[in-house]
Amino acid sequence: MAIVFQKPQALTDNLFHYCPGCTHGIVHRLVAECMDELGIEGKTIGVASVGCSVFAYNYFKCDMVQAAHGRAPAVATGVKRANPDNVVFTYQGDGDLAAIGTAETVHSAARNENITVIFINNAIYGMTGGQMAPTTLPGQVTQTSPYGRDVKTVGYPVKVCEMLSQLDGPCYLERVSVCDVKNVKNAKRALKKAFQNQIDGKGFSLVEVLSTCPTNWGMTPENAISWLKDNMIPYYPLGVYKDREAKEENK
Amino acid sequence: MSDKVLMKGNEAIAEAAIMAGCRFYFGYPITPQTEVAAYMAKRMPQIGGTFLQAESEIAAINMVIGVSSAGKRVMTSSSSPGISLKSEGISYLAGCNLPALVVNVERGGPGLGGIQPSQSDYFQATKGGGHGDYRNIVLAPASVQEMADLTVKGFDLADKYRMTSMILADGTLGQMMEPVNLNIGEVKSYDKPWALTGTGCKREHNIVNSLSLLPEELEEWNLEKFERYAQVEKNEVMYEEYMMDDAEICIVAFGIASRVSKNAIDEARSKGIKVGLIRPITLWPFPAEALLRASKKAKAFISVELSMGQLIEDVRLSINCSRPVLLCNRVGGMIPSPEEVFASVLEADKIGGEK
Repeated sequence: MAIVFQKPQALTDNLFHYCPGCTHGIVHRLVAECMDELGIEGKTIGVASVGCSVFAYNYFKCDMVQAAHGRAPAVATGVKRANPDNVVFTYQGDGDLAAIGTAETVHSAARNENITVIFINNAIYGMTGGQMAPTTLPGQVTQTSPYGRDVKTVGYPVKVCEMLSQLDGPCYLERVSVCDVKNVKNAKRALKKAFQNQIDGKGFSLVEVLSTCPTNWGMTPENAISWLKDNMIPYYPLGVYKDREAKEENK
Repeated sequence: MSDKVLMKGNEAIAEAAIMAGCRFYFGYPITPQTEVAAYMAKRMPQIGGTFLQAESEIAAINMVIGVSSAGKRVMTSSSSPGISLKSEGISYLAGCNLPALVVNVERGGPGLGGIQPSQSDYFQATKGGGHGDYRNIVLAPASVQEMADLTVKGFDLADKYRMTSMILADGTLGQMMEPVNLNIGEVKSYDKPWALTGTGCKREHNIVNSLSLLPEELEEWNLEKFERYAQVEKNEVMYEEYMMDDAEICIVAFGIASRVSKNAIDEARSKGIKVGLIRPITLWPFPAEALLRASKKAKAFISVELSMGQLIEDVRLSINCSRPVLLCNRVGGMIPSPEEVFASVLEADKIGGEK
């Protein structure tokens, strides 16, 4: 009997703790498939952040370090500078990367650190029970914006890819989603490129993955996907925001 | 030709770190320790090391965590407000059992404070500084030579016990220039099977982590740490005794305060007052036994410090509050003068002897 689909080698046998319909499951699988296909599991070091994915060190088979909230890109900078031959990635949520970790995100990009940053944007703080994130949409109800995000008092969401694209430093920035099969395949392509860039020494690559949080959005997984398509994608358009390689090829 | 070089304290730390095999420095400018970063910026590229001026002291300590978890010697330096910023990272270093060297060239506080010397980060350094139960090895140099020697020692102890060594200096030591011998001899290297180097698909993955949601497990981790700390307390206490053989008054002071105190002691001795100094070199582990021994003969102690009274608490604890302990102190960047210390000695001398 032929095996047509199996769990990637780079994932451990530990059962994920994620909620039903949580897209972390998909993205973990895609990252592990990248490690398998690029043959880099043995030389990869992952930096787990603080959020629902804090236990990523239990799910990936590569060496892992668990970083303080927001600081994963700084820890990754240290790991990569110490062991340049290792492939170093961070896996961060929207609070980690775009609130407390903004400085570390911006500066590791500006320095063009040769690392791969995976940014899970689900417009909410999942682990702590559904509070407002820097990426929470105007009008979106969360535990700390119970009447809907009011731009008059708390301002507007942060568009990470757009913001970082203003810097000369980073090599590659793309926003993708995992809301249907076509987008999952596209997300995989982007993640693989983000890893390949590092292997080729090209510099800082970040993939922003628009994701769902059915539990804290108060929706079924299916409705959450619809909500993402109807609300998040218009606000956070998918696409490539920076690709120094492509730009140089076109010269 | 002498083996000694005239160096600034801050630079001696940097060069000694390099001699000790440190090839990674992350820092941020802050007075009065910016020379450490400036020196490293020049030296590291010369020897294929890494110097990186981080975006903040917080980023710097997290870069330290990264290099340390990858198994290499690494350091950062800052001054008081910057060390506060690093507190979370220092707690994480302890939680993850990672070795590192952190240098604090203290300045006046609290808040933005001043740029002149102080010793008012003593509590922060010796009681952990960040959240949770942990200790740092705290080394207090009192000369440029010790700035170098204790840096080398700090790296060794950090690797040996898998914890942070903190050099607790002050602005005076950072800025002063003295001859220093940088021949440090052989540097011991330690196996780090726990380090993150890539599994090569040949071993189980290593995880550097401080999180456990299981209280039984987290308690075990804490207990194991403190077993290691007990070894440090048993084996690594360092102090200097000056004129203590027949001392009736015992001064306790470290860093610049100890140098001022020696001047006062010499003056007092010339007047027939039997005063001596115990100078802690490790502030943690504290030389409690030495003080307790001294309390058998001494009628009074004097804590000389550049703070509102932090070292004095450990002096009182060490001697079980069995003798009066006077405080001779200046703050805000002021340094006690030999005259002020001498006046304290006279005060202490008035105290009645054994009853």
